[in-house]
Amino acid sequence: MGKGRVLVAMSGGVDSSVTAALLVEQGYEVIGVTMNTWTDDIPEEIQMNQHSGCCSIWAVEDARRVAEILGIPYYVFNFQGKFSETVIDYFIREYARGRTPNPCIACNRYVKFSAFLHRARQLGCDYIATGHYARVARDPETGRWLLGKARDSWKDQTYVLYNMTQEALSRTLFPLGDWLKSEVRKKAAELGLPVHDKPDSQEICFVYTGDYKDFLRERCPEALVPGPIVTTRGEVIGTHQGLPLYTVGQRKGLPAVGRPIYVVELQPETNTLVVGDDTDVLARGLEAADLNWIKIPALTEPVRCTAKIRRMAPEVPCTLEPIGPDRVRVTFDEPVRAVTPGQAVVFYDGEWVLGGGTIERALRD
Amino acid sequence: MRRVYADHAATTPVHPRVVEAMVAAMQAEIGNPSSVHGFGRTARRLVEEARARVAALIGASPQEIFFTSGGTEADNWALRGTLMANRARGKHLVVSAIEHHAVLDCAAALEREGWEVTYLPVDSVGRVREEDLLAALRPDTVLVSIMHTNNEVGTVQDIPRLCALVKERDPNIVFHTDAVQAAGILPLDVKALGVDLLTISAHKIYGPKGVGALYVRHGFRFAPVLFGGGQERKMRPGTENLPGIVGFGVAAEIAREELPRRAEHARRLRDRFLRGVLERIPGVRVSGPNPLEGTVPCHPGIANIAVQGVESEALLLALDLQGVAASAGSACTAGSLEPSHVIRALGLPPDYAAGAMRFSFGEANTDEDIDYLLEVLPQAVAQVRGV
Repeated sequence: MGKGRVLVAMSGGVDSSVTAALLVEQGYEVIGVTMNTWTDDIPEEIQMNQHSGCCSIWAVEDARRVAEILGIPYYVFNFQGKFSETVIDYFIREYARGRTPNPCIACNRYVKFSAFLHRARQLGCDYIATGHYARVARDPETGRWLLGKARDSWKDQTYVLYNMTQEALSRTLFPLGDWLKSEVRKKAAELGLPVHDKPDSQEICFVYTGDYKDFLRERCPEALVPGPIVTTRGEVIGTHQGLPLYTVGQRKGLPAVGRPIYVVELQPETNTLVVGDDTDVLARGLEAADLNWIKIPALTEPVRCTAKIRRMAPEVPCTLEPIGPDRVRVTFDEPVRAVTPGQAVVFYDGEWVLGGGTIERALRD
Repeated sequence: MRRVYADHAATTPVHPRVVEAMVAAMQAEIGNPSSVHGFGRTARRLVEEARARVAALIGASPQEIFFTSGGTEADNWALRGTLMANRARGKHLVVSAIEHHAVLDCAAALEREGWEVTYLPVDSVGRVREEDLLAALRPDTVLVSIMHTNNEVGTVQDIPRLCALVKERDPNIVFHTDAVQAAGILPLDVKALGVDLLTISAHKIYGPKGVGALYVRHGFRFAPVLFGGGQERKMRPGTENLPGIVGFGVAAEIAREELPRRAEHARRLRDRFLRGVLERIPGVRVSGPNPLEGTVPCHPGIANIAVQGVESEALLLALDLQGVAASAGSACTAGSLEPSHVIRALGLPPDYAAGAMRFSFGEANTDEDIDYLLEVLPQAVAQVRGV
């Protein structure tokens, strides 16, 4: 009977293709699946010609071809309803309230490690697997399931996975956790997988023009209301075209005032964009909510750890303390640039993810 | 693992005699049926033989049969060919809400091009109501298209009656019926039906994929939609799909001989399956006409069941992993399942509608298949419901 039945999420890219191949090699009964999340709302001419997101028709064809080479069953799940409710609606809602969302985190939380996992159980699968660069382990002392950083620190994706529950971790395999991306490409080429030289995906998968601003203009024009641009000293220096078009720390698209200025804060209550000097963008801490803990069951007392406030931001040392139910304060050892409400903050204890949450506000003194 | 093919409404296995005839046609007859030389003449004769056989299956004369690349092309042609030839008479057409996508999507495309379309609702078992049809007809109505037998739930419409009502109102209104699902298992006679146009397809009657036919009654205005050569009396140009057409002809001939036995075989297995399912699985209802009640005419081989509290996509895949082929909804471009427009039109409660599954039986099935299905299906439903 081997090691059990695994449902592998296949996007047609090199990572998930090699993931499936490795699991077949390791003796699992592997079933490949592409989640169709977003095709129906993409104009046909773009579907056929340009769109390269993970649920495009070409992506499905790539994934299907890989599944055929590996000799595994392959299906396409229709998760368009689920994706629209949990990812697209959230994406628009967050921008509309002056925050900067991370749709990949929402997709992992509600679609991949929830709906997809549920479907896997319905199909009698023991595990699910994805091509994420991360590791799962079990803490011998506490018995808790742990999420650990990938060996390839450049590709590490723990930041977008911090919402994984203990249940999800106990049923998830990340075969690429011990692999370098370069090794994955080499492996794909060795196996003769036709996707070995496909470029890495970058943009938000459902924003088919490549610019989220076009998406908001089309889907939520009412959120794009012009308003004042005001400096931290209260001086009006221009008009913005809608708060969702800006993000904290941004420099582009602001009026010229003879010195570099940056977005400091979005104030949705008054539709005001606050700008300031480089030093105004620094924060000594932040408050986060909607927390998920992985290494510990809950935060009960202050702890020292490191924090990451954006996917590509460096980890910085900080102190973490509980300040209410489902709410923590993070105090950085050194001030940090561009703390952005709506983005995730993820806490690390060395190699392991302690937990994480959504940034509610920056603390600037 | 046992494998059970319960998806005959999607396509049927090709009959061995059909395969034989097709192989022979490919090996021996190298001519183009349009060529004047001897090679061409032999090929031409094979096409005409096939045409006569297909015509005989539906009570048509051979001159009224036009070969196409399949049911989809025939349906599209029926709509466009009628409208193009009758522009002067109006710009309105009527179709039922439970047509195959080959009619429905074509109607939607015509709508975008400026034609006006009325979509007829159906009752809870999928029948078009006479009063709805009559109410939909307008002085500028050119065409009515109502499918003979629904491919998802098996409802058989009273085409002779519906057609007569339309003709009574205005004999110039062209009546098309998509009989793809009926052919080969229900007796079809175009004269008794009274229709002007009728679509059939080879691969649903144990013939090959990629070939179909449109019956076009003599004596009304109808136009080609493809242009290019003189084939099919200039109505459908393009070098004939000789092996496909030959296979279609043989399949039609066997179907005509075997029809009552095939229907009885499918009906017996389908009824056994349905009885077993309703006994063994709680929260299941029949979508469309219930064949066990026998009050509404329906396809002998189709059982569409709606399973409460289950997403059909999950159940379909769980069954596939057990070697069972059934179907649910229709595949979209990417290959995932779309909710069925037919199930939606029947107005089932939403918690049942999401779990609608079609099992369709035919020549590939045996009693052992039904035993296996009745063992595997309750387990699969329990598994999908239980998580």
